[in-house]
Amino acid sequence: MVSRTTDDYQRMAQSGCIAVTEPAFWAGFDRSSAQGFADYFRQLTEYEPRRAALFGIRHFTWLCINPKEADDPGFAREVISIIPEFLKCNTVLGIGEIGLNKNTKNELIILEEQIALAETHHQLVLVHTPHLEDKRKGTRVIMDALSASSIDPGRILIDHVEEHTVGEVLDRGFWAGMTLYPDTKMTPQRATDVIEIYGSERIWMNSAGDWGCSDPLAVPKARLEMSRRGHTMSLIDKVTLENPMTFLSQSPNFKVDVYKD
Amino acid sequence: MSDLPKTCPRTQEQVINMYFLEHRAKLLDVAAFLDRIDRAQPGTTGSDFREAALKQAIGILIDGESHRARRVLELLSDTTAEMPQSAHGMKGASGATKSTAGSPT
Repeated sequence: MVSRTTDDYQRMAQSGCIAVTEPAFWAGFDRSSAQGFADYFRQLTEYEPRRAALFGIRHFTWLCINPKEADDPGFAREVISIIPEFLKCNTVLGIGEIGLNKNTKNELIILEEQIALAETHHQLVLVHTPHLEDKRKGTRVIMDALSASSIDPGRILIDHVEEHTVGEVLDRGFWAGMTLYPDTKMTPQRATDVIEIYGSERIWMNSAGDWGCSDPLAVPKARLEMSRRGHTMSLIDKVTLENPMTFLSQSPNFKVDVYKD
Repeated sequence: MSDLPKTCPRTQEQVINMYFLEHRAKLLDVAAFLDRIDRAQPGTTGSDFREAALKQAIGILIDGESHRARRVLELLSDTTAEMPQSAHGMKGASGATKSTAGSPT
């Protein structure tokens, strides 16, 4: 949400949002120093929780160097070295979103080192998978790297799944995330299709709220889409509320109060 | 005939009523896009792999088999195993591959 206006928090609260989990990600430009990341991590752990709290929203975050800026191993290691200090913050859920961007060997080296960081500090893992033609290949490489670690796949969310990757992600025991976008990537309509085809176990939807064309209200729109199609409220709640709660509650830092009729 | 289980609660008629006009418009967008390419000045590199991939993907839409979205995405996927050392100098993702012949599995 660092790239969104405060109005978005207000609209999300008005739509029933009670908590957000924000991954550390690319800012739309490459940062020039590890200190730039330290400032960013302070923004994620100090400022954003206060901004969200103005509207009654709990703000949680994930920390890492994102794949798009991880192609320089020396620089990436400088950033990784400052992460443990921030893991002490009580709104940090784990390491993420790590993964691959261009499916390079350098990115893979840093992915493996950040998986090891999560192992060492017993953290949940949030995974970014490449977009477009790189996604299937990248997702398979990422899953192989994760499977080589000792982390229980039930503590790993592989995000940005699409129709050609979701089956393998679920078959290998990981959680699958569908980040919803207005047009170019996974839409509320297609996410509902995926639920109809692959079921509702270990899968959930979330809204993209980044610096590009995205929509923090995508999840409410997906709930409406599922309702229009005649799906039950219990199924809608499962993939937009209960499954996220189940996964995220594996972190001792994730605490939210949910009021249901 | 589709092999998909009937997991959408709506009837086929209801689904068509809900979505036909939206997807009619999207189909016209694709048709107009291909016309636009025809009207454009010839490029220096000949036919574009993305246009070829798009036309190949259109064939999937009308082949009578299900799982069209998955198969289109597979067609447009990189099926190579090689990993470059660095992203330095690499262009952004294009959405299709030059080999086009993506493996369906």
